[in-house]
Amino acid sequence: MESSSTYFSGFSLNDLWYLGEAALRTLWISVLAISIGSVIGIFLGLALSVSRVVAFTLGTILDIFRSVPLIIQLVLFFNFAPIIGLRLNPFEAGLIVLIVYTSCYVANVARGGIEAVGQPMRRAARSLGMNYWQDLRYVVWPIGLRAVFPAWVGVALGVLKDSALVSILGYVELLKASQILMTRTQEAILILSIAGAFYFALSYPISYYATRLEQRWSQ
Amino acid sequence: MIKISNLYKSYDDLEVLKGINLNVSKGEVLSVIGSSGSGKSTLLYCINGLEPIQQGQIIVDDIDVHASDTNLNSVRQNMGMVFQQWNSFPHLTVLENVALAPRIVSKLPKAQALEIAEKQLRHVGLGDKLSKYPSALSGGQQQRLAIARALAMEPKCMLFDEATSALDPELVGEVLDTIRLLAEEGMTMICVTHEMGFAREVSDRVAFFHEGVIEEINQPEELFGAPKSVYLQKFLSKVKK
Repeated sequence: MESSSTYFSGFSLNDLWYLGEAALRTLWISVLAISIGSVIGIFLGLALSVSRVVAFTLGTILDIFRSVPLIIQLVLFFNFAPIIGLRLNPFEAGLIVLIVYTSCYVANVARGGIEAVGQPMRRAARSLGMNYWQDLRYVVWPIGLRAVFPAWVGVALGVLKDSALVSILGYVELLKASQILMTRTQEAILILSIAGAFYFALSYPISYYATRLEQRWSQ
Repeated sequence: MIKISNLYKSYDDLEVLKGINLNVSKGEVLSVIGSSGSGKSTLLYCINGLEPIQQGQIIVDDIDVHASDTNLNSVRQNMGMVFQQWNSFPHLTVLENVALAPRIVSKLPKAQALEIAEKQLRHVGLGDKLSKYPSALSGGQQQRLAIARALAMEPKCMLFDEATSALDPELVGEVLDTIRLLAEEGMTMICVTHEMGFAREVSDRVAFFHEGVIEEINQPEELFGAPKSVYLQKFLSKVKK
């Protein structure tokens, strides 16, 4: 019958484009969250390594964000933001929560990197006349980065996949788009497989280049 | 060159240095001996400004190291320091390790920094290792790399903090030879050391630290030959065993 085909129609090439666009949105929100969150996280990590008092207070706050499931943080923030006068669309709200989430994880990775460099190495750098920032830039950064790079890649890949949760706010990224198509086509296995392939296509280059970079460093 | 007067230093409640007075003149080699925890290494950290002090004054080359208006970074450029652990930068080649500080601290052009680095590496006998990474070097070679790295800043004096303590016995000699070479060239040096033979042979004076004070300071022949302090006598008899 004519009417049933308007509600349920098969998967077409246009739908693949639709998923592709959604994958780009996943990539966009993830890249923004990972890059901004990493920069903030590095400074938080520096703060964590400065003193015990800071490490305790800031560490507790970071622990809260790391312990509460991301989906709850998203729903809470999206619904409470208007109360404090923030009018955010799903993308903006999702991005802010993802940035906070990323920076909390990166903070601990960064602290690990700074600790991996160690006080004796930093004293040696300072004894050559380097100032605090030169020590950070030329000694702590390159040595610490190599030490915790695999951990950072893990965080980045995690954020890329966790960005799927932003779909519950209504932002049409890869997972949300898949859900929409599944409702229309009733072809869940096919569409979820395609969505999975897109996620893999987004993640694989990251882990591939990360491995290449690690190999180059280890030479 | 280095004038230390009435220096007190403590970590929280623990008093480590209790009134140190010491002058080291230009070209002099002073060895500092004493048992662990006597404050020897702390003295070097204070001279270099890596540790704050509670009381007293340290003047290096007419600059009060711990005065509030002193730029520690520029003080340290005149003062090379070599640590027990060599702390070579693992991500840089041997040549880059030495050229880094001249380039970013002294702001020399890259070519000139590399030239200085190469000269200092040849000086300590690592001229054939320039493009190697530190991980390919032995402990003794890495410690000589650390010496070259400090020398590249063209310091007026050098501080050695137990530079050979972390080395395998067979590698101690090459590092001591390098330090000896610097002594012959007239470098002002303070060497905290456990190598009594070295202290005796190279130093102009030897200071014996005991519980945060200079218990005895004298020329090596006197200090080792006829120690006056009871603690020094005990220390030397233990070391000889």
